[in-house]
Amino acid sequence: MKDFLLTRRQFGITAAGIFVTFTLAPELVLSADQPLPGALSGTPMLDAWVLVGSDGKITIFTGKVELGQGLLTALCQIAAEELDVPMSQIKVVSGDTRLTPDEGYTTGSQSIEYSGTALRFACAEARALLLEKASAALGVPANRLKTAEGKILSVDGRKLTYAEIAKTDLLHHRATAKIAPKPASQHAIVGKPAGRIDIPAKLTGLPSYVQDMRMPDMVFGRAVRPPGPRDRLEGVDIATVRSMPGILSVVRDGSFLGVVASREEQAIAAREALQQSAKWRTAGDLPDAANIYTWLKKQASVDEIISEKKSPNAKQVVKRLEAAYTKSYVAHAAIGPSCAIAVMKDRKLRVWTHSQGVYPLRRNLATVMKMNPEDVIVSHVEGSGCYGHNGADDAAFDAVLLAREVPGRPVKVQWMRDDEFAWSPFGSAMVMQVSAGLAADNSIADWQYELWSNAHSGARPGRPGGINLLAAWHLDKPFAPSSPRPVPVPPGAEDRNALPIYDFPNQKIVRHLVKETPLRTSALRALGAYANVFAIESFMDELAVAAGVDPIAFRLSYVKDPRARAVIETAAAKASWKPGFKSDGTKGRGFGFAKYKNIACYFACVADVEIDRKAGGVRVTRVVGAADAGQIINPKGLEMQLEGGMIQSVSWTLKEAVTFDRARVTSRDWADYPILTFAEVPEIEVHLIDRPEERPLGSGEASLGPTAAAVVNAVSSALGRRIRHLPISKEIIKQAS
Amino acid sequence: MISLTVNGKKRMVDVKPDTPLLYVLRNDLELNGPKFGCGLGQCWACTVIMDGMPILSCITPVSAAEGHNILTLEGLGSIEKPHPIQKAFIEEQAAQCGFCINGMIMKSKALLDKTPDPTDHEIIAALDPVLCRCGTHKNIVSAVRRAAKEMKK
Repeated sequence: MKDFLLTRRQFGITAAGIFVTFTLAPELVLSADQPLPGALSGTPMLDAWVLVGSDGKITIFTGKVELGQGLLTALCQIAAEELDVPMSQIKVVSGDTRLTPDEGYTTGSQSIEYSGTALRFACAEARALLLEKASAALGVPANRLKTAEGKILSVDGRKLTYAEIAKTDLLHHRATAKIAPKPASQHAIVGKPAGRIDIPAKLTGLPSYVQDMRMPDMVFGRAVRPPGPRDRLEGVDIATVRSMPGILSVVRDGSFLGVVASREEQAIAAREALQQSAKWRTAGDLPDAANIYTWLKKQASVDEIISEKKSPNAKQVVKRLEAAYTKSYVAHAAIGPSCAIAVMKDRKLRVWTHSQGVYPLRRNLATVMKMNPEDVIVSHVEGSGCYGHNGADDAAFDAVLLAREVPGRPVKVQWMRDDEFAWSPFGSAMVMQVSAGLAADNSIADWQYELWSNAHSGARPGRPGGINLLAAWHLDKPFAPSSPRPVPVPPGAEDRNALPIYDFPNQKIVRHLVKETPLRTSALRALGAYANVFAIESFMDELAVAAGVDPIAFRLSYVKDPRARAVIETAAAKASWKPGFKSDGTKGRGFGFAKYKNIACYFACVADVEIDRKAGGVRVTRVVGAADAGQIINPKGLEMQLEGGMIQSVSWTLKEAVTFDRARVTSRDWADYPILTFAEVPEIEVHLIDRPEERPLGSGEASLGPTAAAVVNAVSSALGRRIRHLPISKEIIKQAS
Repeated sequence: MISLTVNGKKRMVDVKPDTPLLYVLRNDLELNGPKFGCGLGQCWACTVIMDGMPILSCITPVSAAEGHNILTLEGLGSIEKPHPIQKAFIEEQAAQCGFCINGMIMKSKALLDKTPDPTDHEIIAALDPVLCRCGTHKNIVSAVRRAAKEMKK
């Protein structure tokens, strides 16, 4: 607790021997024609991003956080490259409201684009300032100096360390971005595989996660959730639970119920006792799961034509084909349930969380707790794998509510498995309806696409118009969540990748954002892109079959972008795709492609499957993918992100559906919600196309949609019948057989 | 008081006998290797090895561990001196978020102790119950293969 209210300056002195003063730069208004690159535009001071310590160690700061995606390693590579220091000399500080820039949320595979770009320019400029200073000190022109291994070397043999040079507020300057970062041809670290900086500690049991944090006087908290989303607490026997061993506090505020105990197992026992004695008024207002897609289409929605195109040269439509596709609610299903620690002392609050956005969370916490944001410190500490907006922020707020009851004592709240499955937001169920007008030559003259979905975005803490913290909705004086709002495409949210990447003469794309949200939904990896790519790529296959054309050749006839073509052709070649594939009734082959968000990483893949018609089984045997993510920072990291996405997508596509009855979510553990296991994981290959002179493109979510599409197309080819629903359950296979 | 032998050391803990071993290891003995994943014995994030057998510490009462040898991830090796399995996992970069990796490494340890030269099928069968959500399966299997090779040397 010694760093309870450590300032950034103190942090510099105590933690890293850093002497350069840091002050937050005032909001800078840049002229529209000269924006600073990446996240520098929001945080323009160089020393907000990089500091040189008196011991020669470099500290870099990022408002983005590690989610298990290897981000901090990639950022470390970027800084090491521009500063000419080994990665081992760099410490990365991330996501901390005392210390780092406010970069909003770590989402949308944008961290390299924004934070990485800022660090790249800031470090290049820092190196130039160090050289300039050394030039004056040595009386040698800067062009006769070079940098290597954290030192400045003069042609005459003299050396200076960065630490010797950086003795004043050298980096306390507004970035100019006038110093060009190294060209890709000079890269020695960026673009080369680098070991993840966090992996050795994680693999040897060193504390790495918020779950591993222990503090003096720390106690354990648990929340007791209602059975269903809108159930209300009518009564509970608090007195009996208060007398249980180790219980420090039982908190009831409206329908929020929680407990603090000296020991973890005591908190768990009290939670169970409270669950048993609590009387809830059941809302029973969930829609009928069997008709959820009809339900979605019937609700009031925020509708928008997101693209409309009419070409005078379009050929005449002679026939129309149409199809409707559906996708279930999907859970984050992280291996470790959400966890947080909070301590409250003298109207100051300190929170450790695996939230994707420490600043937005702070804003919501300050509002609900009626505190000044300056009195709330939120620090990111890693949790289990994060694939979007999960329960991290909610667990943090639970910890705050419980910490209020035991002032000065840190409270660790660990969600139980059923909390995570029932209360983390879901990826929304969706309906996609598509129709194509074909010309006499079977080419697509007109494309009509409509989708219905609950929100995939806008439900995070910090969004305007409400408080997006679970317990806040259950308090005696409850807060309302913010109302979901559409996100313009690109990047879009529900309609992410609803714009076809293919060039059709006429098209109309309509998004229906369904506001009524019976089950809580928010951002899950790839957002709407998973289902939209599934639908578009399935329908492209249907049209290719109808036209009697090879599915890949059919797609290529609508693609002009050479980078897209290269990715499609690479995947096809590496998978030895041969036109005219004929299934023997059990084996299938399928293709899928997308450019994520229409503006990020290109990904194409071929999936091979085997089906067991009797048992309803589908086995994905192999998936071969190709990707173009622009300039590659860490090939190994990129490959793992893409492969991980492919495997997660196979899991969603074959197995995953949240189940619910009229009152509650019924998928509450791994038996109710199975995911792909080792024996079911396909053979995976990814081929990377490096474009060192291009901008790095977000890639962490790029492979999910195309993989789903390739698997569905492969299963459909094996069955000889079209699958239009995800997941592809055993019943679907049996019925289609 | 309950007496435990963890990573070769005798430890005394003052807890109720039905306390799950996981909480004793994490909270009383301050070990980080075994993780809370489900508390239901479904995901194996909490794996420790008891007398050579991988067990689910989240559903094993601490009293059942008395008189047995408990090995946790920390008992294998350290960041300075990793066990060949840990080294192989690091070399293969076989972790994304890393939350499941305790289970992967401890299950692999139990497998390789009994089957020093496992087939891919045996590796997959041994690891199949251990859940991974990030999709790191391929690198994990490569790491176990590499560890087997290294340990034979």
